[in-house]
Amino acid sequence: MAFLNEDISKQIKGIFDSMKDDVKIALFLNKAGCESCEDAKGYMEEMTELSEKISLSVYDIVDESAKASELGVELTPSIVLLDGENKDKGIKFNGIPAGHEINSFISGILEVSGAGQELSSEMTQRIKNIDKPVNIKVFVTLGCPHCPGAVSKAHKIALLNPNVNAEMIEANTFGELSQKFNVSGVPKIVFNDGPDLIGDQPIDAFIDAMEKLSA
Amino acid sequence: MGLDFNLNGISNEKKNVLDSDTLYDSIILGGGPAGLNAALYAKRKGLNVGMIAGHMGGQVMDTSSVENYLGFASLSGQNLMNKFEEHVKGYAVPTTTGALVESIENGSGLKKILADNGKTYKAKSVIISTGSRPRHLNVAGEMEYSGKGVAYCAICDGPLFAGRDVIVAGGGNSAVEAAIDLSKIANTVKIVHRSQFRADKILIDKLNELDNVKVYLETQIKEVGGEKFFTHVKALDKKSNKEILIMADGLFVEIGYLPKSEIFGNVVDTNEKGEIIVDARGETSAKGIFAAGDVTNGDYKQIVISAAEGAKAALSVNDYINKL
Repeated sequence: MAFLNEDISKQIKGIFDSMKDDVKIALFLNKAGCESCEDAKGYMEEMTELSEKISLSVYDIVDESAKASELGVELTPSIVLLDGENKDKGIKFNGIPAGHEINSFISGILEVSGAGQELSSEMTQRIKNIDKPVNIKVFVTLGCPHCPGAVSKAHKIALLNPNVNAEMIEANTFGELSQKFNVSGVPKIVFNDGPDLIGDQPIDAFIDAMEKLSA
Repeated sequence: MGLDFNLNGISNEKKNVLDSDTLYDSIILGGGPAGLNAALYAKRKGLNVGMIAGHMGGQVMDTSSVENYLGFASLSGQNLMNKFEEHVKGYAVPTTTGALVESIENGSGLKKILADNGKTYKAKSVIISTGSRPRHLNVAGEMEYSGKGVAYCAICDGPLFAGRDVIVAGGGNSAVEAAIDLSKIANTVKIVHRSQFRADKILIDKLNELDNVKVYLETQIKEVGGEKFFTHVKALDKKSNKEILIMADGLFVEIGYLPKSEIFGNVVDTNEKGEIIVDARGETSAKGIFAAGDVTNGDYKQIVISAAEGAKAALSVNDYINKL
């Protein structure tokens, strides 16, 4: 494997052993050019080989624009995790989830496969009660050890409530977007392109922020 | 472009997490060097021990390079912590990560630990090794521009300042290391410190070789300013006793750490710095509650010292449990 060395592959394989259901990776590239698309493809192909339960579909954002808009994909490379029945669970990674983000990627796979971390029933209920559409953007850099925690929490919330979609955005790959959102510290968590939190916040803080959003 | 991968160890072992129905001999709070070594020692003594950690590896993960841990001439903070984690992993310690402790309920025999995942865990003893967080300058404007140019983690936020001008505040090892790392990414780095360098000589020598780094010693930051974003600090040049403006796009504050002990203040005694007071065996003022590493009143905050204190606390816990 060109990206994942033998040691890391073995570890990930062990982690993927606990997957329950199938997970489909939808990877969006851009044939017109995208700096990190080739790497993203190679990396995802290697991930797919680490479990029989994972499959990969590669799309072009221009040629397959209908699929892209169905899954709300606007950037490349972008990765959407779908469940075994091709259902969108609101979990997206924009840019390559390498560096520390490999951890949020693995946790995303486990969550979608039904082998995720448990939350208390009270917290789960608060998340399920959110009845307005919420988009959570989590800006990260790949050298940031606190960032995967924030990404995983956002993804967990999205998984529990179909009104919520959550996306990791790698700030260096998407510099313009990061500037638009004034990202100068990561993780930066933005709710519906408005209110934000900085740092790896407890899940309570995510829920509080979402409850305060106007419908 | 090559891709790097920083796979965490234990944190991905979803199968072996803390169980809220089990009464543990001891629960360790924190997954840095102190907590991990405590887990290793406690487990080898045969204790039924578990761990809760916000993120495994603790603060060392933010360190780009560690050169003073005996046995390892030079490696990244992440690599060192992975080695620690891998070692502990062999002992199957139930670990819940991504959860923060909210409080401890200190019963005489039973300690209850409330975590922000909404769960409560039970143990006969607790080892607090929650470490510390970056200290703030506590000057006007700092909080206003936090996340708007003012940053506390060079390894995290450094890449957002590529080709720009940054200031590093501080004069210890973390500040000088941050300045050296940032000099590779940023256009210029100005390191500003209120007195003389406290960093190891070997690091200062390295810093002095860099031609895009400017050093301001005896210079005390008085105010952080900007418009929409951070643009400058106002500082007092103590040699001339004049106020100067230092312009930059980013300010990295690396002036030491504060103990993460607030939530334990009602349970254990702390000193004026907020550090948990421990005796030579790592025991706090509360029976059955031990502490180790940066969160304690130990004098030097070093990886090797935290690890050693973790071992000591675990051995003390073993004595404590055996006498129960």
